[in-house]
Amino acid sequence: MKVENQKAWYFVMPVLLLVAFNALIPMMTVVNYSVQETFGDNLFFWQGLDWFEKLLRSERFHAALGRQFLFTGTILAIEVPLGVIIALAMPRKGFWVPVCLVTMALPMLIPWNVVGAMWNIFTLPDIGLLGYVMNHTLGINYNMTQDPLAAWITIIVMDVWHWTSLVALLSYAGLVSIPDAYYQAAKIDGASAWSVFRFIQLPKMKQVLIIAVLLRFMDSFNIYTEPFVLTGGGPGNSTTLLSIDLEKMALGQFDLGPAAAMSLIYFAITLLASWLFYTLMTRNN
Amino acid sequence: MAKITLSRLRHSYLANPAGPEDYALKQIDIDWQDGGAYALLGPSGCGKSTLLNIISGLLTPSEGSILFDGRDVTALPPVERNIAQVFQFPVIYDTMTVYDNLAFPLRNRGVAKDKVDARVREIAGMLEVTDMLQTRAAGLSPDNKQKISMGRGLVRDDVNVVMFDEPLTVIDPHLKWKLRSKLKELHQRVRATMIYVTHDQTEALTFADQVVVMQEGEVVQIGTPVELFDRPAHTFVGHFIGSPGMNVLPCEVRGGAAYVGDDRIALEGAVADGTGATQIGVRPEFVSIAGKGLAATVRKVADVGRHFVVEAMLGDTRVNAIVEHSVPEQGETVHLQFEPAQTRLYRDGWIASVPGEMAA
Repeated sequence: MKVENQKAWYFVMPVLLLVAFNALIPMMTVVNYSVQETFGDNLFFWQGLDWFEKLLRSERFHAALGRQFLFTGTILAIEVPLGVIIALAMPRKGFWVPVCLVTMALPMLIPWNVVGAMWNIFTLPDIGLLGYVMNHTLGINYNMTQDPLAAWITIIVMDVWHWTSLVALLSYAGLVSIPDAYYQAAKIDGASAWSVFRFIQLPKMKQVLIIAVLLRFMDSFNIYTEPFVLTGGGPGNSTTLLSIDLEKMALGQFDLGPAAAMSLIYFAITLLASWLFYTLMTRNN
Repeated sequence: MAKITLSRLRHSYLANPAGPEDYALKQIDIDWQDGGAYALLGPSGCGKSTLLNIISGLLTPSEGSILFDGRDVTALPPVERNIAQVFQFPVIYDTMTVYDNLAFPLRNRGVAKDKVDARVREIAGMLEVTDMLQTRAAGLSPDNKQKISMGRGLVRDDVNVVMFDEPLTVIDPHLKWKLRSKLKELHQRVRATMIYVTHDQTEALTFADQVVVMQEGEVVQIGTPVELFDRPAHTFVGHFIGSPGMNVLPCEVRGGAAYVGDDRIALEGAVADGTGATQIGVRPEFVSIAGKGLAATVRKVADVGRHFVVEAMLGDTRVNAIVEHSVPEQGETVHLQFEPAQTRLYRDGWIASVPGEMAA
């Protein structure tokens, strides 16, 4: 006879505790803030869903959200195809494989705030290499602290430089796992280079590409350090992405209630968009 | 369809091969007749896949040439040779339906739509996959996937040769047999030249009209399954084909007669002249246990169902005998006799006895 007991719960406990302390409890404090108003001194007033309502109607939030989607959309549209192209162009065997792999991995190993600082100096019009060459050698007026378009181009180029390798390396892993027989069969079947890509390489890369797109989506949607160090959200509010706006609200203005409400909405959007991405990309399997 | 001629073919994977040991293929000359069913049989690493890739054009040989109906195709890429190849692991295009998979080679060659449709349906019918034409190929079982990759080879009616590179490796044993007979049936229907590479003698012997046996980059014998079994041209063929393989005993030739120790062994015929190490070759099927003959000690008796395999030691040499009844005990001393008409002499591995003329 099968004896039933509840011992299995003990095995789940450690994970449950861990998740409770690193996710659930901190999040509950945010929930707590999001429905109250405080003026300090540990004095709280019940506010209900006011903050949520106000935030969802606020133009400031809409603008930041729009900028966030524009940023994430742009970098995905550049990094994914570019990463795949780089992966296709990389050698499959020989001396250059490790050289390529290490070179590609380098940008990803640099701490995020260092990336921001590097690009900040790099683009300074008078002493930065890029800034100087643009302004003094090529005669193109480039100053990202004054020109919103320049600021946007800079944060996008920076992100592409920092993270395209991730997509490329994941795609490369997918590519090298394709057995030679597939290419040989395609040759015999008279397939064009495009057909080989469309019917062999792309389907075999699909699984890793889904992971790459998801990772890049989540990371870029939550990006904070690099644009904060580089542009600080400026000029004006032109590069104030969601996380930067949130930081301004929570720490700059000390509006804990609205900031908490915004955190929760932000979290919900990230979660929802990731789920949508994943469901759409895997619906055929 | 075409007759395929391999002329003075050699291949080395090294840039500057020095000796014969650097060659994966040493000098190959074969004619493959139009419409024949051939098997390329040999152990792993004997060069059979290399040979196959040279015929298909995936590999360019270091020396020699390949002719299709007398036309030199050595320098042509696979697509221009009009060949088909089925690989060890089923190669299918995952995202396409079975129909699109089968149509792919035709569409790439710009064949008209209605002709593609007719051809795909015909091949699907032969392979018994008509009911899965509209399903996605990714979800099929391995044997069906392999059928589809075979189908992609057969769908073109102008292929010069269809080549199979150990196509049943990943197929479940009970389906192997089915697919093998399907292949045989397909050959009879489409009459294309087919070359089947394998290291499995059962697959080779059941599929092929002619078997090409290879060893260490060399062709050791070409013949029908019966010829290979009856009269192996090389001890390797005798050993590789048959279960258990041919017995090979070192012997001495004195005055045109063969001796094992002091016992004279009757052969199928006279011994050809020559020098080199000589051996007696006789299949276990033609070794019997009798009242007199070579004395040997029984080491093992295996019951394989239909008969018994007796393994006896003749000095240091192992001799297998197939026995139907009156089986000896382990450790017993028995006397072995060889059927003279099936007992042959080999010199340095190659056959050196001439059947018919009895030695004096």
